[in-house]
Amino acid sequence: MKSVFVYCEVENQKVADISQELLSTGKKLATKLDCPLEAMVFGSQLDEIENQVSPYGVDKIYIADDKRLEPYRTLPHSSLATYLLKQEDPQIVLFGATSVGRDLAPRLASALNCGLTADTTILDIGDHFVKKEKKEYKDLLYAIRPAFGGSIMANIINWDQHPQMATVREGVMKKEVFDENYKSEIVQVDVNSIVNEEDFVVKIIERHIEESDVNLKEAPIIVAGGYGVGSKENFEYLEELAKLLGGEVGGSRAAVDAGFIDHNRQIGQTGTTVRPKLYIAAGISGAIQHTAGMQDASMIISINIDPEAPINSLADYVIQGDLGVVIPKMIKFYKANAK
Amino acid sequence: MRPLKIVVLIKQVPDTRHVGPDAMKPDGTVNRGKLDTVFNPDDLHALELALNLKDRVPETEVTVMTMGPRRAADIIRDSFYRGADNGIMISDKRFGGADTLATSYTLVKAIQKLPAYDIIMGGRQAIDGDTAQVGPQCAEKLNIPQVTYVEEVISITNDEVVAKRRLSKGVETVSSPLPCLMTVHGASPACRSKEAKRVMKYKYARTNSEIRRNDEFMKELHAKRPYLTIPEWGVEDIDAEVTKIGLPGSPTKVKSVESIVLTASEAKVLSESDSDIEGMIKELIEHHTIG
Repeated sequence: MKSVFVYCEVENQKVADISQELLSTGKKLATKLDCPLEAMVFGSQLDEIENQVSPYGVDKIYIADDKRLEPYRTLPHSSLATYLLKQEDPQIVLFGATSVGRDLAPRLASALNCGLTADTTILDIGDHFVKKEKKEYKDLLYAIRPAFGGSIMANIINWDQHPQMATVREGVMKKEVFDENYKSEIVQVDVNSIVNEEDFVVKIIERHIEESDVNLKEAPIIVAGGYGVGSKENFEYLEELAKLLGGEVGGSRAAVDAGFIDHNRQIGQTGTTVRPKLYIAAGISGAIQHTAGMQDASMIISINIDPEAPINSLADYVIQGDLGVVIPKMIKFYKANAK
Repeated sequence: MRPLKIVVLIKQVPDTRHVGPDAMKPDGTVNRGKLDTVFNPDDLHALELALNLKDRVPETEVTVMTMGPRRAADIIRDSFYRGADNGIMISDKRFGGADTLATSYTLVKAIQKLPAYDIIMGGRQAIDGDTAQVGPQCAEKLNIPQVTYVEEVISITNDEVVAKRRLSKGVETVSSPLPCLMTVHGASPACRSKEAKRVMKYKYARTNSEIRRNDEFMKELHAKRPYLTIPEWGVEDIDAEVTKIGLPGSPTKVKSVESIVLTASEAKVLSESDSDIEGMIKELIEHHTIG
């Protein structure tokens, strides 16, 4: 049975979070299809990198270790991946919808003449009957993604030009270790026999990676504000509550656009996707653009003066009121009741 | 420095900020007739970057190219008003329903009809699909390097361009030989406005299929001023294989489309009274959600 393949991003000897998420999802797909899970890791100084990959239940890991492969550049990675995918002929290939994955995957899809679905948020396996051919195609990849500004979810399939490829949005799939002691077969790729000098014509002159001090994805509690918060000053209530509860502050696109909060704290389709234990939405109406990025929170509290705000239908608690009154009271009663 | 030939790939897109479920056809493809259209925002940034290079390198020629229905000629005229020199319309019913693979094939066949190019540019992504795929796919088919998410062109010489790229978590400056393809990030400068003089010059620019058969005024004007006629290329003009274009050339198909409905749950509705809020906080502490 043809495999499921994952392209792993690696930098400074660390496999990226998104790649670990992809491996976890890839394992689930491979289990459903009863096929092997394979991974490719291209970078520099990759000794023992397999220890970060194997636990996700990867059967075979292709490692290309060469100092010219890190940081990522399109052409050498593209040559290596094209070579391996032609040779291994997998049925499904997954990439992160990152600045690397979205640069690489389309180039490969063109080279392999196959389909690619961008920015998926749900992956599944299913069948499809093609009327014209009167034929049922079994076990296809359902690549499901929001489209049209998030107002619809489209299920994209590809039954005739394999592999089926997809990029997957960061932070949407869960990281799940399959077996700490899983044994993978390791294949060292002979880089020089695949890439040539022309693959290195693009040169990196300077590189500056910002380590974001905001970690919305990992925050157990998020206090988020929307346009309804009204001002930058009112966001201070949210910050105080978030700090007290050990959480982070986030904002909807409208709040970011209005300048109430920094764009690196934006939650939603064009921001970060989060799944905290508790999500407090203050003055957020709940446009799909926003809810798509937070609807998997375990518990949602909506504070809104509008009883008809769409977000209320997602909430576990709806507090109808002014956040300038409600949040100080939450702070007060938390302090009074917490041990 | 020698003048450059720049091709900017542009797209007219539905305004996805105002979409209803009636905008989709039963087969899951977009019913563009139901939607307002706009010049894809990132493509305007690409046009600006091209015009900026034209400012820096005298005699540079900027050609915009779009694939789309007849009315997409609107964005070619718009580009003329802002400073583009030439426009090419790629239009044929058989191009319809194309995914990114078929689109890039079609665009590349058209690009290969041009006598020369140094840089192919396009917006990073289009707001109707947000895929960001067509640029890299064109680069692969043209067998040239790609520089994606460009924010600024730092320098350009006869055979090399140095550009700053915006990454998910940082910035990177790279050099690439020419020719190359660049996709332009929305963080780059916004496009310059239309110039009144250019609007006057180009307001009657049309593709042939936009000119009504009995519109003698327009026909005469176009005969006198050939620059007003926007070339219109169909399948045969670009020697495209019909199996590689439109729906037949598209491996990805829409199986189904669902409008998003927020799932209703039984929310506890509270007031801002002390007792309601203290009650909620106590429940949250009790369930170890907080505290």
